[in-house]
Amino acid sequence: MISVTGISKSFGDKKVLDGVSFSVEDGEIFGLLGPSGAGKTTLIRVLTGQLKFEEGSAMINGKEVRKLTGADKKKFGVMMDDFGLYERLTCYQNLKVFADIYGVGDEEIATVLREVKLEDAVKKEAKKLSKGMKERLRLARALLAKPKVLFLDEPTSGLDPQTSSEIHEIIRKRKDAGTIIFLTTHNMTEAEKLCDHLVLLNEGKIVERGVPKELCLRYDHQKRIELVTTNGETISLQMDRENAKKTSSQIAEFLKEGKLSTIHSKEPNLETVFMELTGRKLEV
Amino acid sequence: MREAVAVFRKQILDTRKNRAVLIQFIMFPIMTIVMNSAIKVDDMPEFFYLKLFSIMYMAMAPIVSMSSIISEEKEKGTLRALMMSNVRPASYLAGVGVYDFQCCLIGTMLMSKTCGLDDGPWWRYLCVIMLGLVISIVLGASIGVLAKDQMAATSLAVPVMCLFTFLPMMAQFNDTIAKVAKFFYTQQLYLALEDINNVKIGTEGLIIIAANAIVILAFFVLAFRKEGLTNE
Ligand SMILES: Nc1ncnc2c1ncn2[C@@H]1O[C@H](COP(=O)(O)OP(=O)(O)OP(=O)(O)O)[C@@H](O)[C@H]1O
Ligand SMILES: [Mg+2]
Repeated sequence: MISVTGISKSFGDKKVLDGVSFSVEDGEIFGLLGPSGAGKTTLIRVLTGQLKFEEGSAMINGKEVRKLTGADKKKFGVMMDDFGLYERLTCYQNLKVFADIYGVGDEEIATVLREVKLEDAVKKEAKKLSKGMKERLRLARALLAKPKVLFLDEPTSGLDPQTSSEIHEIIRKRKDAGTIIFLTTHNMTEAEKLCDHLVLLNEGKIVERGVPKELCLRYDHQKRIELVTTNGETISLQMDRENAKKTSSQIAEFLKEGKLSTIHSKEPNLETVFMELTGRKLEV
Repeated sequence: MREAVAVFRKQILDTRKNRAVLIQFIMFPIMTIVMNSAIKVDDMPEFFYLKLFSIMYMAMAPIVSMSSIISEEKEKGTLRALMMSNVRPASYLAGVGVYDFQCCLIGTMLMSKTCGLDDGPWWRYLCVIMLGLVISIVLGASIGVLAKDQMAATSLAVPVMCLFTFLPMMAQFNDTIAKVAKFFYTQQLYLALEDINNVKIGTEGLIIIAANAIVILAFFVLAFRKEGLTNE
């Protein structure tokens, strides 16, 4: 479990994190969603002991972050966007370096390589890998220490949808095995699909939090549904009490005539919620 | 210890593929061996090439390779990943330093043995070179720590390396330069090799070398305090 209370962090006189509090339960995927410069990377660096912070406190699995020892840090899997690979070494050799440090053997290397589907590229030099393969190798490296907590800084940024969903699959499997996953993203689709809980971060402050679906519903002011008829016409209907009769009879009508093709609720997505809260876009 | 060994092993794996560093390790040994067997001028001093090139090698190879290895890891963020995995700076530097020392020592052994140095004087010659290697490695590490990326490391390493390698060479031809060069450890070590069959360092030499070592170590400590290993 991770619990964070009132963390603030400044670079010079610029406050990058401002009274951030939240908690993450065991075995969940927790997302930190925010635009570029919101402070996502800074928060991960604070939580993993890479960066000192001025105010507040954070506990990870019962350990105060300020007092993390090297041995504690070894139990984290960390994948930051600036943790590079040894370009001239092969996939296997890249992992071997870290396996030696963690004291894990070749079986574990083979296991994570299989997990990220790089078993056919074992002997390939890192510089010859595609972007998605490199990302998977970096993920494999983070998985090598059999971490109890996995910190992933924008694990899929700049990847194609296919590779992204492969990475999502790997993350979900680790979650099912009981690992806490803490990830950052500025991709709202990813946050919606993947995260059990998330917080929206803007300019170092948490502006909203919750289960992605519930969050969207909370900001559903219009309560509209959208019907598409078989001849391609789109009809938007009000979903509240006052319009109950009218809406239900209209739907019934289309159903009877066999003219209804699809029916959707029109709640906002996370992007719209974020826009409403901050006046800013998530992705530029 | 395990961490230092892992770093050392990683360097060994990288040697064959890292051309920029590999060339530093093999250029002088090859050059010495070739020149020594191919170019013979009448009344040229004994072991002329070996003396000159082993000093250049002892200064140049560690400065360039150490600074290049460390700054590359800072630039690519592999060093950050190592630190996150609880590799302490001392373990990292030990792994890279021992690796560098070992490579240069092998190079030195090869060049001196092929030039036909007898076993007796060989050991004393090796001791002098090893002393120099250690100082050069610390100097190279300081530059690597100070530089944020490989470009910066090269632009720092080249002038430093020229200063320490070319002074002894030029001191042979120019008395004024010799007066200045005297205060560099490379020059003192070069003088120690004067009579390569009977290598020795005088008191003045020892003091100058020790002073160099202290200044360079202090420079390293300052660089480390200022920059650390992770571009913070
Ligand atoms: N080492 C540093 N020194 C000074 N300022 C910094 C440092 N690191 C980050 N910042 C500043 O802190 C703010 C937050 O940066 P951070 O990298 O945490 O954002 P982010 O949410 O991860 O953004 P992105 O999506 O672009 O990765 C930015 O304004 C950045 O300029
Ligand atoms: Mg970031």
